[in-house]
Formats: sequence, C-alpha cells, structure tokens
Amino acid sequence: MCAASIPVAGRDGLAVLDAEEIRRALTRIAHEILERTHGGDRVILLGIPTRGVPLARRLAGRIAEFEGHTIPCGSLDVTMHRDDLRLHPARALGRTDLPPGGVDGKTVILVDDVLYSGRTVRAALDALNDLGRPRAVQLAVLVDRGHRELPIRADYVGKNLPTSQREVVHVLLTEVDGEDSVMISGEGRQP
Amino acid sequence: MKRHLISAADLSRGDALLILDTAEELASLADRPIKKLPTLRGRTVVNLFYEDSTRTRISFEAAAKRLSADVINFSAKGSSVAKGESLKDTALTLEAMGADAVVIRHGASGAAHRLASWVRGSVLNAGDGTHEHPTQALLDAFTIRRRLKGTGARGAGLDGLRVTIVGDVLHSRVARSNVLLLSTLGAEVTLAAPPTLLPLAVGSWPCAVSYDLDSELPKSDVVMMLRVQQERMTAAYFPSVREYSRRYGLDAARMARLPGPAIVMHPGPMNRGVEIAAEVADSVRSTIVEQVANGVTTRMAVLYLLLGGMEFPATGVAQ
Repeated sequence: MCAASIPVAGRDGLAVLDAEEIRRALTRIAHEILERTHGGDRVILLGIPTRGVPLARRLAGRIAEFEGHTIPCGSLDVTMHRDDLRLHPARALGRTDLPPGGVDGKTVILVDDVLYSGRTVRAALDALNDLGRPRAVQLAVLVDRGHRELPIRADYVGKNLPTSQREVVHVLLTEVDGEDSVMISGEGRQP
Repeated sequence: MKRHLISAADLSRGDALLILDTAEELASLADRPIKKLPTLRGRTVVNLFYEDSTRTRISFEAAAKRLSADVINFSAKGSSVAKGESLKDTALTLEAMGADAVVIRHGASGAAHRLASWVRGSVLNAGDGTHEHPTQALLDAFTIRRRLKGTGARGAGLDGLRVTIVGDVLHSRVARSNVLLLSTLGAEVTLAAPPTLLPLAVGSWPCAVSYDLDSELPKSDVVMMLRVQQERMTAAYFPSVREYSRRYGLDAARMARLPGPAIVMHPGPMNRGVEIAAEVADSVRSTIVEQVANGVTTRMAVLYLLLGGMEFPATGVAQ
C-alpha cells in the first residue's frame, strides 16, 4: 500500500478491503436498503461524523443512480451524548445537519464506518431522540468488527471482520483521507 | 484550553476558534424542539454575583441548564455577604458544596483571579471591576463572525476586519477583553474615546487610538459602542453628557457614514440617547438582540469545553 501518502497512524497494517471491494459493499448495501424499505420510501440517511457522513452521501448517490429519486441525507453528531466524555479532554463537536422535514415519522438509517462496542450507536439513538420521533431506526456500517458491549446490531453490514480487541481497524475514505481502503493493524496482523 | 477563563489573554487563537466553532454547532440547538443536551448532567455550576446583572447572569444560567448542569444562583444581596462574610469564606463554602464551576461577577478587579486559587473547580470571570469580561468578548467575536463571515465560517478568524470601540474605555472591562480577543483573532482594533476616558497604559494595548470618531467611521466594519458607566465615575471625565453625546454618541447621521455591511454593537445595558440613539439601536445594522442570543450559545460552548471532558488535575493549569 502507499504507506507515505496518508496521515493516519497504523496504516502500515494489512489491507482487508480495497477501493473496489468498498464500492461493491456499498452497492450491495444500497440495494438492501431499497429492498428492505420498499424503494426507499420516507427514508433518510444520517451519517455519524467523521467517516459516516461521506458513506451516507455515497449510499444516497448509489440509490439515486438505481432508482432515479434522491433520498435525503444529513449528519448526526453524537459527541454531546457520549458516555466516555469524562475520560478524555473535551473534544471538538462535529456537525449535525438534518435534511429539511426533520426525522419525524421517517425511517432513519444511521451510517457509520466501524461498529465495535456499540456505544457510539447508543449515543446516536439518544441524540436522535432529542431531534424528533422517527418511525424506525436502522443501522448501516461498512465494517462490523465484533466485541459489542451493548445489545446493538447492524441491519446492513459491508463486511464482518473478526478481530482481536488488541487490533485497530482503520477505514480510509477518499473524501477524508485521500484514498479508499480498510486496514487492520496490531499484534499478529503485521504484513 | 486552560482550566479557568479569567482573561481573554488566556486564550490562544486556537482556543478562541475552538470556542467559536463549538458555539456555531450549538447554535442549531435553538431551532430544535428539545433545546437541551445531557452533557453536564451531575455537574454543579454556581453563579456568584456580587454586582447587579441581568443578561450575564441569566445567560450563564440558561447556558448551564441547557447542558443539564445543576445551577445555584448566589447574589450578594440577601446572603451572608451582607453580614460581612469575605470572598474567601464564601468561596470555601461553595467549594464544600461541590461546585464544579464558579461563575463570578465582582466589583473588584482581580477577584476572579484570586478566587481561582481558592477553589478546585473552574472559575469563569463574568466581569471583575474594570478589568475583564472574557465571555462578552467571545460572544461579540462570535456575533461579528456570524454577521460578516456567515454561519458557515468554521475555523475562520476575524482577519482584516476593522473594529472601532467607542466611548468609556477607562471603566470598561468589555473593551479590554475585546481588544485582547479581537486582536488575537486578527482584527484591527481602534479605540475612539476622549483622552480622559482612556486608560494610561493604553499605549501597550494591541490596538490603535483615536480621539476623533468621525474620521474612524468610514473605515470601520464594526462599531462597538460602550456604555458611559456613571456609577464608576468618581470625577468629571467630560463637561456634560450632552457634549459627550455630540462628539462620541452614535446617531443616525453618523451611522450613515458607515460603509456597506458594517454593524453596530453594544454590550448592554444601553443608555439610549447618550452613547447610542434609539433609531440606531433599532436599525438593521444593530446586532444588540443577536448578541444576547449568541451569549447563551457562546457560554454553552465555554462551559462544555471547561467542564465537559476529563477533570483537570487538582492543582496548576492543565493543558
């Protein structure tokens, strides 16, 4: 991999998904969303910053390609609802950007890059609760790496990636990092 | 960020931008059905007010409550202060009650700084004598950025903007904090005031000085009017209010000399007809009502950044 061009720690790890595979996974998720929601009726996609936001936009783009109609797409920052705020210095907030019309009565699909402990998703559910009352909430992730600490599961998964808790999973996306790939690094995984 | 917010000089450009950007995110809360966040649940904020205040106290109270903190309001009137209790003893009492942050307004310059050495929580200066009022400067900077650079101006400073601060600089904690903060953010600040209402050390401040308001107006992007603080004036600083108003008051004729989108600010409370004419205060250039709304948002950002994360180490100043 081109180890020198992206400023992310641990990207000298093993690549588990390349740009093509990410593209195919998102295409499949987009089809699954259309199937499960009857053509994307009253659906909105909310990406969780940072990397959930470009993923949500890509899914919306795919759906527009297949169906010819656009699905509203926004972002949902969960920082103020996290349960680990007091373990770190106060962090900068991400953007919350709701599509016009809000979330009331809609099927909200939360989009994130990695599903791990499930705590981010719990925070997102709390944040969503303050914004209105969706008809249903679903979860789409690019990578599910296991080790859940809360009773949460994803409805749409790009790739199930069995990991050890000592390993680190990095999702790199062109919009943020300049390239598309999913890397895993840590003990026993060095190439 | 440091642990306390005593002076606008404590804020680096990075700190100030982090506060403004956080405030920008929090501003959207005002449009939501539930204007509350759980972030400071279980934390206690004490409002310790030795001087009268309407908007600052209410603003801090609203900010803390929107972040779910518990708020204890203390005003010197009707408390043991009337029986002669010292600031230190009051501080130790609040400390024993477990205050995570103390917001203090006091008539003596330096009171907030002194308090910071006595309590474990964060101290936020809400105005100490004629010294500083840093959150007012932050909300002013936020208002300027929103009005002149748009609401999407995250990460942007106030570089190149020309700000003229007019009036009673000598008694104004707002002016001092604004000069420090706005220059940190890259604005060019000019003070326009009669020589008697400028502090002696103004030469060492990061700003220019002018005695002639009319020559400054056409090149100002922001005009900030200060209140004439009669209650702090122990001598005759100008011959008459009427003469002051003639030379340094902002009336409609003077406002007409401002360039294109220039704005008029006032920290409040206003003396209509003295430093600012009613028709100016109510004009489209005026940001006076916005400043109040932005005050809550900016103070939420400060409270979140000081109290929302890991606790600071018990002694000294943390990163």
